Amino acid sequence: MSELQSYLSSARDDLRTEPRPVRIVIIAIAVIFLVVFVVLPLVVVFAQAFSKGIGAYLSALSDPEAWSAIRLTLLVAAISVSLNLVFGVIAAWAIAKFEFRGKTFLISLIDLPFSVSPVISGLVFVLLFGGQGYWGPWLQAHNIQVLFAVPGIALATIFVTFPFVARALIPLMQEQGTLEEEAAISLGASGLQTFFRVTLPNIKWGVLYGVLLCNARAMGEFGAVSVVSGHIRGETNTMPLLVEILYNEYQFVSSFAIASLLAMLALITLVAKTILEQHLDEGQQPRGD
Amino acid sequence: MIEVKNIVKKFGAFAALDGVDLKVADGELLALLGPSGSGKTTLLRIIAGLDWPDTGEVSFDGENALAHAASERHVGFVFQHYALFRHMTVFENVAFGLRVQPRAVRKDEAGIRARVKELLDLVQLDWLSNRYPSQLSGGQRQRIALARALAIEPRILLLDEPFGALDAKVRKELRQWLRSLHHEIHVTSIFVTHDQEEALEVANRVVVMDKGRIEQIGTPGEVYDNPATAFVHGFIGESIVLPVEVYDGCVRLGGKQLNILADGVSPGLSKLFVRRHDMQVGPAGSGSLDGAVRHVRTFGPIQRAEVALSAGDGETVIEIDAPRDRELQTGDIVGLQPRRYRIFAAQE
Amino acid sequence: MSAAGGRRSTLPGFGLTMGLTLTWLSIIILIPLAGLFLRTFELSLDQFWGIVTSRRTLNALKISFGLAFAAAVVNLVMGLIVVWALVRYRFPGRRIFDAIVDVPFALPTAVAGVALTSLFAQTGWLGAPLAELGIKVAFTPIGIFIAMIFIGIPFVVRTVQPVLIDLDAEIEEAAASLGANRWHTVSKVILPSLIPALLTGFALAFARAVGEYGSVIFIAGNLPNVSEIAPLLIVIRLSEFRYADATAIAVVMLVAAFLIIFAVNRIQRWAQTRIPAH
Repeated sequence: MSELQSYLSSARDDLRTEPRPVRIVIIAIAVIFLVVFVVLPLVVVFAQAFSKGIGAYLSALSDPEAWSAIRLTLLVAAISVSLNLVFGVIAAWAIAKFEFRGKTFLISLIDLPFSVSPVISGLVFVLLFGGQGYWGPWLQAHNIQVLFAVPGIALATIFVTFPFVARALIPLMQEQGTLEEEAAISLGASGLQTFFRVTLPNIKWGVLYGVLLCNARAMGEFGAVSVVSGHIRGETNTMPLLVEILYNEYQFVSSFAIASLLAMLALITLVAKTILEQHLDEGQQPRGD
Repeated sequence: MIEVKNIVKKFGAFAALDGVDLKVADGELLALLGPSGSGKTTLLRIIAGLDWPDTGEVSFDGENALAHAASERHVGFVFQHYALFRHMTVFENVAFGLRVQPRAVRKDEAGIRARVKELLDLVQLDWLSNRYPSQLSGGQRQRIALARALAIEPRILLLDEPFGALDAKVRKELRQWLRSLHHEIHVTSIFVTHDQEEALEVANRVVVMDKGRIEQIGTPGEVYDNPATAFVHGFIGESIVLPVEVYDGCVRLGGKQLNILADGVSPGLSKLFVRRHDMQVGPAGSGSLDGAVRHVRTFGPIQRAEVALSAGDGETVIEIDAPRDRELQTGDIVGLQPRRYRIFAAQE
Repeated sequence: MSAAGGRRSTLPGFGLTMGLTLTWLSIIILIPLAGLFLRTFELSLDQFWGIVTSRRTLNALKISFGLAFAAAVVNLVMGLIVVWALVRYRFPGRRIFDAIVDVPFALPTAVAGVALTSLFAQTGWLGAPLAELGIKVAFTPIGIFIAMIFIGIPFVVRTVQPVLIDLDAEIEEAAASLGANRWHTVSKVILPSLIPALLTGFALAFARAVGEYGSVIFIAGNLPNVSEIAPLLIVIRLSEFRYADATAIAVVMLVAAFLIIFAVNRIQRWAQTRIPAH
């Protein structure tokens, strides 16, 4: 029986694949391409960071300027991820659980930041809050600092990471439908009880997935933050900005040391993402029979 | 008593419900029967508060139900695909309705446990309480969904196609089980089905629906034996339908006058409805539906014969069920006489 | 906007959540973008045209759009090869290669920028051998092109991958049973059904590369008219406090980005009518 099956499946595989030389060439091209464009850049970051030994690496990371950049990056990520988390879940509830006109349009608006150049994402806040901006003079008169300070950096980061949570949740919640929520309501649950006891447990992996991607982008954002930060040393430099400054000052070890932390963040994000994707696939069990 | 008055519900231009009136007495087990798109599920959802009518009234014991959201109606709803909470155990699914009650009336943990145990015993699935819904069979899920709905001590139990997603054998078992359960707990129950056998076998009363309207309300015997409309006759039981003309109380098929009466039927083109087993087989002659037997299959106590009628265009072929007291042969010329029949105007 | 299908819907919270969504969307996205367009309207048409058609701006736009297009074409071809290998073949490390396709999404652009520069600089691991062949990559337009390829890798792969996985085996078997050889099956049966996904991935990679900043500026050289991309010119104009110039260039790029999104939506709608979803 199993022999027959393996015979049949190999026959089917033969039918659906290319001759061996073609396969080898295609695999070779794909692997070389990925190695040159993805693996080598990753390796080079760590190679450069450790090029003067582990001592130089550690002292680069213990520099006060590095610490201030790490703290600022964590702060900005915490602010933007938590706000986008709350609003992403709210938006996904409104969009996925109800039918209304203009839904597609609303989703495109939420997606907008994905297609705006990061530089423009920063520019729009300069135009609002900068010295020549719409509200700049008023803010100056009241001594409120938005641009070249944490609020401006946070705003630009929220802008570029706006879609992540909502985009992770909308398809998931649409696929889950509203039946379980209707069942909860018919059993006497209030709206909040329904959300926290029924909806949230069902979308928890999706929420984590959105937060993960949102966080990776928030910590790594460069263009938008670069425009609004003002590059004040020890104050408004996030980690990616510090990478740039140190690189331009030819402090390669220090620059790549910070870069290696960000690269590590990216790798951890990818591993976690792969694990979460497995959870999400398992969560999509067939309904009914 | 549940009372539904003149409910209209439109989805765009499509009228899902087009003026529906219905009264359900306490303790009844009522079936809403109809083809898909007849509005039966929409009616059920409106009673539950999961949908809202465009116009009309719904009252429970004289109290306006439309003033209350679904969560305030104390209606037990069993969804077609069960809608069990997939991240909760069987126990937690059944306990859900008890746990979300306002603190003032909520049972303590021991009370909840006792009640859930009682319900799981009732549906005979106590041994599954720590399983997750994905680990259950279809029939088990169905019974858990029922236990969950009963946990809130609903004043009405509503079931949407309760057996629709089950295979034929489980379906039969669950039907009997549901009827005896209803006998035991006696809660007013309405279930939706497109399966006439299910409706006739389980319900005390059957509401036949089509195109957003109620065609007939009656006991299973009434709707089967005395269909009120052509639709009901065609939908319930298998019928032979023949185009006939009615003149002065006489019925003609393809010019030949038949030996049946058409009292109270307005003259003109009409349709004659006869059950397969209500065709009596005799010799061909005046007044009968004559034809040649083209094919005979025999199973159990009956023989099913295809008869090509000679009246009319000569191409009408009907299937009849005859007892096996007289064996039919291919080629026999027979005369068919309807024992029981109904005639409805053709416009319907 | 109101929930359709009745005066009330079963689930609560539509009004509240929709209100909060629209408010937050307006504060973060719509008002700032509207501010950008309002700024542009303060310019006269002549002023706007003057900025956009000035030599340096035009060259920056040409460099951004031209190289982004070329990079997207490379990504289209290489993405197809990569996704084919990942989906159809089994080879050692396949799952790891599948996972690292997303590195350009996850790696902060500044890190990618310094890494690519170091790799392709004349003393770099790849830059040195290339320099011996007489090819200079870093600090030339070729460097921009390389960075744009890097940033676009995931788009084609990730849009085509699910389509290729879902492709019905029976279709290929049917083609083979009708006498098609493998080349005909691939070119006449499989590739045509991948075209919408390929085009979508191409457009997304193109849009991303046009607006890309972080991974490009380190390797670009940034010589005006030669290797200066449009986003960098915006930053330069801002640092010179020439807000009007920055705004005008930004508007041109935004409109282009909107056109690309629009094209992607059209492609997807076309794909849906052409190949009904099962």
